[in-house]
Amino acid sequence: MTGHRFRRAAGNLGFGLAVFALISPAILVFLWMLSLSLKNEVENMAYPPVFIPSPITFSNFIDVFRKNDFLTYGLNSVIVSFSATGIALLLGVPAGFGIAKSRATKAAALIMIARVTPGLSYLIPLFLIFQWLELTGTLTPLVITHVVITLPIVVWVMIGFFEGLPAELEEAALVDGATIWQAFRHVALPLARPGITVATILAFIFSWNNFIFGVVLAGRTTRTLPVAVYNVLTFEQVSWGPLAAAALLVTAPVLLLTLLMQKEIVAGLTAGGVKGG
Amino acid sequence: MSLTLPAMDLSARAQAARRRNYARNYWPFVIPAGAVVAAIIVLPWVFTLFMSVHEWRVGSDLEFVGLANFRHMLTDERFLWSVLRTLYFTALATFFPVVLGVAAAVCFHRRFPGRGLARTIFIMPMMATPVAVALVWTMMFHPQLGVLNYLLTSVGLPPSTWSYDAATVIPTLVMVETWQWTPLVMLIVLGGLASLPQDPYEAAKLDGASAWQMFHHISLPLVWPHIVVALVIRTIDALKAFDTIFVISNGGPGTASETMNIYLYLQAFSYYNMGYASAITVVFFVLILMVSLVLFSVRQESA
Repeated sequence: MTGHRFRRAAGNLGFGLAVFALISPAILVFLWMLSLSLKNEVENMAYPPVFIPSPITFSNFIDVFRKNDFLTYGLNSVIVSFSATGIALLLGVPAGFGIAKSRATKAAALIMIARVTPGLSYLIPLFLIFQWLELTGTLTPLVITHVVITLPIVVWVMIGFFEGLPAELEEAALVDGATIWQAFRHVALPLARPGITVATILAFIFSWNNFIFGVVLAGRTTRTLPVAVYNVLTFEQVSWGPLAAAALLVTAPVLLLTLLMQKEIVAGLTAGGVKGG
Repeated sequence: MSLTLPAMDLSARAQAARRRNYARNYWPFVIPAGAVVAAIIVLPWVFTLFMSVHEWRVGSDLEFVGLANFRHMLTDERFLWSVLRTLYFTALATFFPVVLGVAAAVCFHRRFPGRGLARTIFIMPMMATPVAVALVWTMMFHPQLGVLNYLLTSVGLPPSTWSYDAATVIPTLVMVETWQWTPLVMLIVLGGLASLPQDPYEAAKLDGASAWQMFHHISLPLVWPHIVVALVIRTIDALKAFDTIFVISNGGPGTASETMNIYLYLQAFSYYNMGYASAITVVFFVLILMVSLVLFSVRQESA
């Protein structure tokens, strides 16, 4: 009996170690990011490295805001991601409904192609088109290209969600003489609210994280945060502290959203392996 | 008469409504999105095909060159190396995330205290902004001051040159890619494990099967279709990898980590060879499509 209990305890310990081994690379990188951002320059350049900052300094964060237009870039990111997500919801939720109900597998395949296509292949033509339309230097090209990411995510998530809804309620509304639009608006849409939440979160995160479109299309004043934080590195040769602080600020909203909404995010990602870019 | 008329009217209207609804015209729901997809996804494609048979540089006119751009690719050694490098990177950056992701899914399928939090931490790398974490990795890779070489030497291992040397840059980038995308594989396979029926396990337990036997003979075959989906998605994403490579090594040192995607970017937006870059895009897309089709047909056979 004690032998059995011992083996069980050893098994649990081994399992605990396995879980720890799985999550430690993530912990290491994010804690190191935090550590770099809270240390002064002397400690960041020390070897062997200093792990726990002493004293803790916030000067890196202050530097990020003082030496750069970080607020402008933040505002750009907010405008672009919110607009692209909003447009995608407006177009993608009805489309997901239509595709799911008419079982249009070809339309679904088209969405899959959008998922497969590398972001760069949209960029060459769109870059030239935006130049001819003289839209470069405004946020419009960024919003439009981000819809390339957000729209397939929303449609993909919504197809899965509408397919999973019981058809009876909607059927009843149709039999009672409601138009298809009414059945969508008053029956399917309220039922689909959890799906819309998932689609919104995922579309927002992948738009916020997008780098490739901004790096090509954004001008000095229209940079989004990921582009800005990259340019800080290459053009100004800043030290590690402010750079880590900037990186942390860029990704913090996304990490917070992940912590708060992990259930919805897991549900959405398991469903279809959605990823933008 | 006056009593029956409204009733008849009602049934006629209901019939009309039914006829209308059974026709099930759902296309108005899809049209707005379809129009936008046509404008921002299909139109660029047509444009890319058009550009791929033209030569265009800033300040000069568009010139039709036929298949010259495609012929040039066959003799462009830098391009051919980038194709090989892409395939090498993709093979590694698919294998490791899939193997580790399946192992992680098996772990997270088990109930244990703190599972929710551990799972959230585990998926953080794939949600975090790629550019931000790539910058942190770059600082960790620093050969003299980086924390990774300190950790290696403190456990008695030799230090590495990480992304700063041609010999180690691709394995290093594969490591970052694995760190970032193993969670996606884990989530897909976890979804598969959660949907499995419980009876085979109970039967196996009664027959005295070990945990490994149950995994090997029950879980693995049942969850295989999900693993193939993860494999397909991972392969496509590894072929398309851009952000981390661009930020960490920018294709260097030299051209040691220049994948097709990076070369394409340089041709288009550093050298402004829009025609040639468009032709590379076409080839790149065909490659991705072929790989996806092959993998999907494998999926059909295994399903």
